[in-house]
Amino acid sequence: MVLKVFFPSCCSSAESGILIGRWISEQNSAVILAVVHFPFIPAQVKQYLSEVQRVTKVSVSVLGSWSNSKQEKEESLSEFLEDLGTIFSHEPWIQISKEGDSNFWSCSTLQKHSNNPKEEEIILVYYDQRKVMLSHLHPPLDTAAFTDHKAADASKLAAIFDTVAKSKVLFMTDRYDDGPIKLTHWQSDGVEASIIVELMKQASVPACMLLTFLLSLISGICRSRVLKFWPLSFLWSKLSTCEQLGHRLQHLQVISSNKKAQNQTQLMRKANIFVSLLVDVALGILLMSWLYRKNRIGHLADTLIPVADHVAEELQDLLQWLMGAPAGLKMNRALDQVLGRFFLYHIHLWISYIHLMSPFIEMILWYVGLSACLGLTVALCILSDIIALLTFHIYCFYVYGARLYCLKIYGLSSLWRLFRGKKWNVLRQRVDSCSYDLDQLFIGTLLFTILLFLLPTTALYYLVFTLLRLLVVIVQGLIHLLVDLIDSLPLYSIILRLCRSYRLAAGVKFRVLEQQDGKPLRLLMQINPLSYGGVVQTYRLPTYSCYPKDTWTSLCKKLFLGELIYPWKNKGEKQD
Amino acid sequence: MAERSYRSAAGAAIALRRRQHSASCRELAVRCPRLQLRSLSAVTSAVWLAAYGLFVLTQNSMVLSAAIFITLIGLIIYLHFVKVDQESLLVIGSLGIQVTSSYASGKESTTFIEMGQVKDVVINEAIHMQKVIYYLCILLQDPGDPQGVSEVVPLFQSSKPRLDCLIEVYKSCQEILEQRKTAPQSS
Repeated sequence: MVLKVFFPSCCSSAESGILIGRWISEQNSAVILAVVHFPFIPAQVKQYLSEVQRVTKVSVSVLGSWSNSKQEKEESLSEFLEDLGTIFSHEPWIQISKEGDSNFWSCSTLQKHSNNPKEEEIILVYYDQRKVMLSHLHPPLDTAAFTDHKAADASKLAAIFDTVAKSKVLFMTDRYDDGPIKLTHWQSDGVEASIIVELMKQASVPACMLLTFLLSLISGICRSRVLKFWPLSFLWSKLSTCEQLGHRLQHLQVISSNKKAQNQTQLMRKANIFVSLLVDVALGILLMSWLYRKNRIGHLADTLIPVADHVAEELQDLLQWLMGAPAGLKMNRALDQVLGRFFLYHIHLWISYIHLMSPFIEMILWYVGLSACLGLTVALCILSDIIALLTFHIYCFYVYGARLYCLKIYGLSSLWRLFRGKKWNVLRQRVDSCSYDLDQLFIGTLLFTILLFLLPTTALYYLVFTLLRLLVVIVQGLIHLLVDLIDSLPLYSIILRLCRSYRLAAGVKFRVLEQQDGKPLRLLMQINPLSYGGVVQTYRLPTYSCYPKDTWTSLCKKLFLGELIYPWKNKGEKQD
Repeated sequence: MAERSYRSAAGAAIALRRRQHSASCRELAVRCPRLQLRSLSAVTSAVWLAAYGLFVLTQNSMVLSAAIFITLIGLIIYLHFVKVDQESLLVIGSLGIQVTSSYASGKESTTFIEMGQVKDVVINEAIHMQKVIYYLCILLQDPGDPQGVSEVVPLFQSSKPRLDCLIEVYKSCQEILEQRKTAPQSS
């Protein structure tokens, strides 16, 4: 069978010594982690390896010998290296030798207990140790379900990545240490660390504790009984700003928790939440500084009342148009006048309330605008809530029109059944035939005729107000879509994929290097990074809203029947 | 290293290059037909004529600069995301199969499939629009079911070689895949 040797490219220029690493017998491959140099005492090497094995749970052992000679091959050295094979018994004993500056090494194996003396083919795969150690392999989603299979079925590459990643403690000793063992690996020239990173790690512990304390105070206040009385709790549930603030509070709690992240997914999630919060707050402060410069908030407040007036006037014009002969249709005069006057009176009330509030608008807006420093998402949610409040009368009209229309439709369908001599059986939930008395039939037919001829008027009012309501809902929906995008985008993962693409690996790719006859096959293993789409899909942050709630057909059915529609529903809200 | 010319399913000229790196490693590369100068100039002149016609109608010079911009961006997107220059298959016995597509702008997109996941490499027939074409594909093993196939990965999708070229590639692949059946399994 073919023997595969994974050799770290940093050890290509190392001095002669013995190779240590992991032997994966199911795949007939040897992953070499480091080279131990002469002079060493075999007993100390074995002791060191068993210590490393105990800490990392990776079965590290001596795999073979490495000879790097600047001159011609020395016979005595090669015999010495073969003798080492008897001290560190490993089956098969791999011997790699490099002459001078040649790129083509000779690789051979020594099998003591094998039945067939045939030379097996050797493939030499070079890998970048630092990148493979830091990278995280993302398996395709369908194989994640079969994690209970035996190691032999598991991905070969996952085993190699795992081996290198878990052997971190092996890479901690560099050549300036005074121990009995001298190793060469990617960090053997000196362990690098950053002062800033270390300082931040030290500073993060008290910062996290302070943040946890503040958050517990805030959540205690939020949970107090005072805020749970009926009008207030109803208000909090309807305002999307409170949802967003609660969501962000949850995020802060995740970041400030004392427990270290258990695995890669949790670490990435924490980092994504942190960067997302930072960017959100930065954008919010930018928006705030733009709003408060040149007193734009004052201008905004000044234009708010005229805009509300203008909307109300347009609505009045619309109602006058409906009360006349809209689009050439002939309406039922009496019903038309009643409905039109009813809605006109509502608009009159609304205008009065707005004018009552007008002196306080600027102050309220000024203070509310300050909360934009909590984040751009909060500012957008406040905008959406302001739109909802300003168009409250449209919502009321929609509800009135819808309820009227709904009543009419149900009445019509029930009387139509009477017309045909059938009845709805509530017990059996089906339509049954029924014999009616003559006077029942007479009144039923009369009512049916009345309702039928009044249908166009009601339907027109319903149509107009539903369209207006849908317009407002679409505008609010777009704002919420934007908020969700900012909430769920994993910015840290995307920046990582841009700058350090080897950390997020979808797989590997092999490049065939120059070959020479008689020498083993040389391949270079590089990391194949995950695509941006894959990054976003894997590391998306969960959000609190799920939409759309209804499919298109059920939405159309509800519109036709006159049932009230609430297209944007939040997770966790009770369904009505 | 041997290179032979074949035809694609649409009739364009393609070339197959075979390299044997070692006893268990082979590389098969199919070079797709190049971007024709006459089609490029035809598209560019059509877009610019349309833009000039719009300019004569509206007398707005922004139309002309927009047309130049669109042509440039469209060409860059086409070369970087659409036009495939070469598709290659690297079969390394006991490691896996690597499928690479290199685009005209130099971008390479690679997928590596481990040998444990590969069930077989076969030639399939498919009905594509009004034609029946042959294509080479890799069958992936279903981890739960030894007889089942979990996924079919089609190869050479941009160059679409004809059956004679596919047979050559198929024979090369099967020679290496057979080695894993005859090799003694390690315990």
